[in-house]
Amino acid sequence: MRHLPALLVATPLFAAFFMPLIGRAGQTARSLWVLLASVATSTVGLLLAWKVFTTGTVLYVFGAAAAGQALPMDSGGIPIRIIFEVDALSALMVVIASLSSLAVTLYSLVADSKSSGQDGFYSMLFLLVAGIFGMVSTGDLFNFFVFLEITSLSGAALVAFRIDKGVAVEAGLKYALLSTVGALSILIAIGILFGQYNALNIATLAARLQFTMLDKVALALLIVPLAMKCGAVPMHFWTPDAYSTAPSSITALLVVSSQASLYGLFRILFSLYGDVLQFSWLTFGWFLIILGVLSMFVGVTMAILQKDVKRLMAYHAVSQTGYMLLGVGVGLAVLGNREALDAYGRTAMAGGLFHILNHAMYKGLLFLTAGAIFYRTGTRNLNKLGGLGHTMPWTMVFFMIGALAIAGIPPFNGFASKLLIYESVFRFNPFLSIIAMIVSILTLASFVKVFHSMFMGAPKAEYAEAREVPKSMLIGMGFLAVIVVVTGLMPRPFIDHMITPAVNALVDRSDYIVAILGGK
Amino acid sequence: MNTVWTMTTGSGTWNPLLWLLAFAVALIVSLFIRSKGRKDYKVDSGQDMPFISGNDEPKNGGGHIPASNMYWGFLESMKGYYKRVVPLHTGVVTDYLIWFVGVMALTLVIGLMA
Repeated sequence: MRHLPALLVATPLFAAFFMPLIGRAGQTARSLWVLLASVATSTVGLLLAWKVFTTGTVLYVFGAAAAGQALPMDSGGIPIRIIFEVDALSALMVVIASLSSLAVTLYSLVADSKSSGQDGFYSMLFLLVAGIFGMVSTGDLFNFFVFLEITSLSGAALVAFRIDKGVAVEAGLKYALLSTVGALSILIAIGILFGQYNALNIATLAARLQFTMLDKVALALLIVPLAMKCGAVPMHFWTPDAYSTAPSSITALLVVSSQASLYGLFRILFSLYGDVLQFSWLTFGWFLIILGVLSMFVGVTMAILQKDVKRLMAYHAVSQTGYMLLGVGVGLAVLGNREALDAYGRTAMAGGLFHILNHAMYKGLLFLTAGAIFYRTGTRNLNKLGGLGHTMPWTMVFFMIGALAIAGIPPFNGFASKLLIYESVFRFNPFLSIIAMIVSILTLASFVKVFHSMFMGAPKAEYAEAREVPKSMLIGMGFLAVIVVVTGLMPRPFIDHMITPAVNALVDRSDYIVAILGGK
Repeated sequence: MNTVWTMTTGSGTWNPLLWLLAFAVALIVSLFIRSKGRKDYKVDSGQDMPFISGNDEPKNGGGHIPASNMYWGFLESMKGYYKRVVPLHTGVVTDYLIWFVGVMALTLVIGLMA
């Protein structure tokens, strides 16, 4: 249990690097390795999250005599080693990545089995998982950059995996280029902070920040690329390109990768810059809120236009990210007003963070159902599809669960998180809450169109041969569907034991600093 | 009913079980009303066919409405908005970078003024 943080990254890395070797033994050996590695990775992730939620923040210092020894005797009070600091917010993200990666791997074992280059595919998939886990667990800013690069490079390779007459390659290149520019920006910011404060550890930097002009420049260089990577409007353009061309299993994981960037954005604003921003909390809160509202509205209105089902869902991913930005943005905006924070700020943040968990589950599910349709029909064009409800009933049921959840229809999980956002944001600014509700109505309208186009009507002659997808794919979809239903029917345990501690981890930033530097 | 099923929102509460109960009651009432309908219609006759403005029902899925034909009214009423927003999605990566640089510049200004 002591080495769980190290194993969290080591397990998927080990799986990735051994994949080409295992792959030489044949398809069955590769599939078994993938399954074993995925179960092991998710188990490690869930065990670590359990430990954090039951005992508090977990520190892991790589190379130290004791895993929790953040400050060696001769270091002069500077944490010199790479440190993983897994608090409740990190643990929430670890849970999301663990559940999603397990569902995705189960699904992909059959869905992507016809493609060539399986060793490379799964190596990249596990590298992507390792990158996500690293991003949300590390307490070191440079280490965060390294893991961000791992997710970007493996993500770009996976987006381009199908080639698709060059379309997927083009999308992969766009993703890689934008990710590289964003990562360079982050690297420059890290250089600026290191040059001033001689530290890379987030907690140490947070304790030393003076909010000089250079710190302000570094802040912009950090948050804008992360906002772009999470798909916030008006930097969302890469999202429909990448999400629509990647294999569906990968798209579900790319959603989690984007959410890891969202985590980074929140970590920078709350944990790193938190206190020095105290006179600008309202400004930066509104910065997130405006990004959120733009993302919600532009995302959903662009989605309604689409006829490619995955492109449509990609725009909805942009739109749903808007809810998360809105909820947490309201929390940041009222961070300086204790009364407002306790009255509705924490609830808004809880709604935003709960929506991250819910979105990963139902959007992952929706992308997997789109992949199932493509697997059987070979098209993503909604104008050509139709009548598949007769031959693919399970896929239709899973799609309905995902669609109702994303539209915020009770009793599914999307409703629970959206209700928290609606009611709390209404007390901050009713107009924002009304926009959020209108976006939900448009989301429902959009998914009614998709449901009708894919499943309704008499069976079409061209899809007479279509039948339900293999069991492994159904298990992957069913796994996510069960989580969507359970988190919808019983939101309270999730909020009490996962979301509220995550909100507290963001709001009470001193705990994050004290865990490394001591002093309590 | 403050149980594991009840979520508090700060302004009220949400209980999915109560909602399911209400849904079940509404469903039962609907089914009851439906059961009171006439049962003396002739199966496989004109009485059993969908009414499509007097036209025959298309065969072999021919009546399927393509996705692009849906929400025409909404799209038409939002034409002014779409005329401005859709062309921004050029698909050209250098345009994507311009937006990134633009937002970065704006954020720098906000940051420096903070």
